[in-house]
Amino acid sequence: MTASNPATPQPDFIRIEGVTKSFGTFKAVNNVSLNISKGELFALLGGSGCGKTTLLRMLAGFEAPTEGRIFIDGQDMAGVPAYDRPVNMMFQSYALFPHMTVAKNVGYGLKHENMTQGQRDDRVKEMLGLVQMAHLAYRRPHQLSGGQRQRVALARSLAKLPKLLLLDEPLGALDKKLREHTQFEFANIQYKLGITFVVVTHDQEEAMTLASRIAVMDQGVIRQIGSPSDIYEHPNSRFVADFIGSINMVDGEVARVEANGVEVLCPTLGEPVFVAPANSHRQGDKVSLAFRPEKVAISRRKPAAAINVLKGKVLDFGYFGKDSLFRIKLATGRVLSVNAVNTARMSAEQAVATWEEDVYLSIAPEAAMLFGADS
Amino acid sequence: MRSATRDWFNRRGWRDVIIASPYLWLVAFFLVPFIIVIVMSFAKTATQSPPFAFLPDWPFIRFETYQRLFTSSLYIRAGAISVYNAAVATVLCLLIGYPMALAITRAGKSLQRLLLMLVILPFWTSFLLRVYAWIGLMGKNSWFNKALTSAYNVFVPTSWELPGIQMMNTNFAVVLVMVYSYLPFMVLPLYANLEKLDTTLNEAAMDLGSRRWEVFRDITLPLSIPGIIAGGLLVFIPAMGELIIPSLVGNAGDPMIGRVIQQEFGQNRDWPMASAVAVALLLMLVVPLMLYNHFEAKAQKGAA
Ligand SMILES: Nc1ncnc2c1ncn2[C@@H]1O[C@H](COP(=O)(O)OP(=O)(O)OP(=O)(O)O)[C@@H](O)[C@H]1O
Ligand SMILES: [Mg+2]
Repeated sequence: MTASNPATPQPDFIRIEGVTKSFGTFKAVNNVSLNISKGELFALLGGSGCGKTTLLRMLAGFEAPTEGRIFIDGQDMAGVPAYDRPVNMMFQSYALFPHMTVAKNVGYGLKHENMTQGQRDDRVKEMLGLVQMAHLAYRRPHQLSGGQRQRVALARSLAKLPKLLLLDEPLGALDKKLREHTQFEFANIQYKLGITFVVVTHDQEEAMTLASRIAVMDQGVIRQIGSPSDIYEHPNSRFVADFIGSINMVDGEVARVEANGVEVLCPTLGEPVFVAPANSHRQGDKVSLAFRPEKVAISRRKPAAAINVLKGKVLDFGYFGKDSLFRIKLATGRVLSVNAVNTARMSAEQAVATWEEDVYLSIAPEAAMLFGADS
Repeated sequence: MRSATRDWFNRRGWRDVIIASPYLWLVAFFLVPFIIVIVMSFAKTATQSPPFAFLPDWPFIRFETYQRLFTSSLYIRAGAISVYNAAVATVLCLLIGYPMALAITRAGKSLQRLLLMLVILPFWTSFLLRVYAWIGLMGKNSWFNKALTSAYNVFVPTSWELPGIQMMNTNFAVVLVMVYSYLPFMVLPLYANLEKLDTTLNEAAMDLGSRRWEVFRDITLPLSIPGIIAGGLLVFIPAMGELIIPSLVGNAGDPMIGRVIQQEFGQNRDWPMASAVAVALLLMLVVPLMLYNHFEAKAQKGAA
């Protein structure tokens, strides 16, 4: 097996330059530019209909871009048909050939490789071993479970050792356990074979656990590209902040600018909130104050901190084992979500708070984010 | 209200009646008459009405009819010509119909409806009328014959040139008109089959390195075998027993089985022989079908 050397980084292994795909007047993919380096596990994340599959199909060669260019390993892909591209795709529907056995499915692409029959058989065995399907090599697809089919589809797309592997919602049909197991398998395979992966998903948790970098798409446009923590902790827009994880979003206005931060006045919070650092906000700017539920501290007693403390009543809460989610109603009527980790072996109502109890919320200045009203 | 209807439906045994009725139909109008035909084939001809009788003594039946059937060159020849004509017509229908069906499935939705309509359109004209139209076309003075003749004359040496091609009253005419008449029976089941195929399979094969014709060979063709068999049977079976086309455009010296049956029943008033030929025709159609089913079942089991 030829594993690529991870010591030779190729930052522009895949270059997508200003690619647009129009269906009639509708732009399914709109002026997307993005670089993916060799051996990377890259995720395309976005809601339904945002153009993820269309972008993937252009990489595979099933659709031609209306505008823009795609380079794979330095080669311009314009006019290169799907069968000549160093790319393999695992289809959302698996697309296994129903009239062939598992082994024939996996070996199908090898007919076109310059190999002896013995080498082909060995490769099929190796791939089936990799996805733990060797014992079912002579079954037909209709005799397999959904998870088994998915592994066969993966083995088939890996068999030719493509430079680039495209996975379209590869785990969509699996249960949570099998999903987590397969996510590790993907990471494992990617590490072992050094293949570049592009994974399409609408599940942000899946993208976060799988990928080294994520592109968040919306209506054909890429809104942000970054590592999972970049995108979660430093979203560049309201849209991304809202799309990834849950968040409290409150409209307000910058009341005062200081050297180390700004004070924001939000009518629905009642109290001013201090946010650090100041960035480029100016007094009077209309902004959205955003903070994630787990970045808020909740307590029965008034905290020592003098700033960013809000008082409210427990409206409702849900117990999830390792943590609990509280919905806190402020005096103004505004409801905020707050996460509390259940560190003690007590029920959440004993440990943190219970219905109708008065509680204090405190937000660290560094934990809150500000977005311009137009982002 | 709905479930009350259902209870009543179940209690009264109506369900069984409805399920059984097609079978009753088959028994009454296919099996029983066919048994009568089989029985008749073991009788002898007689000058009475109906014109057959059984032997007066045990075992009451005779096998001479079948003996004659399998030794006389007339019947064997008719059988061979029928198989040959039906097989050639089926293969030609497949070669013409497959690309048609494939093209229809690849066409846009509204065009698809129009094309299907065109396939069915000939049925709106009487079958007999269409055969007579072919008789007109094949005559030596028709534009069709003249066009074919001049095309033929272009490709052969001068000494072989013809003033006109003899098409009427030949086997060629029989096959030609059968292909024309039965083409929709090939196209429609093929279309139904091809239309259901998942086109992402084609994309998957292309993604794995196959060119268009390899995708066709490896994916589309094997997955359309059920459609090919259905269309093939729908053409081959009626073509084997075809009576009207060979009677109108064929050569009386090369009769097909249907024509022989008609002759025996009609002119010769040899009902036992007509029955025996009918039984032989049915066996020729049923035995290959049963063999196919047998091997198909075996292949299915082998895959499991
Ligand atoms: N062949 C086509 N003709 C017209 N519109 C199309 C075509 N293919 C896709 N679209 C449109 O382009 C948009 C993007 O489609 P795409 O399949 O890329 O979405 P997606 O991001 O993969 O969504 P999902 O998560 O639901 O799979 C959709 O609005 C879709 O309706
Ligand atoms: Mg999709």
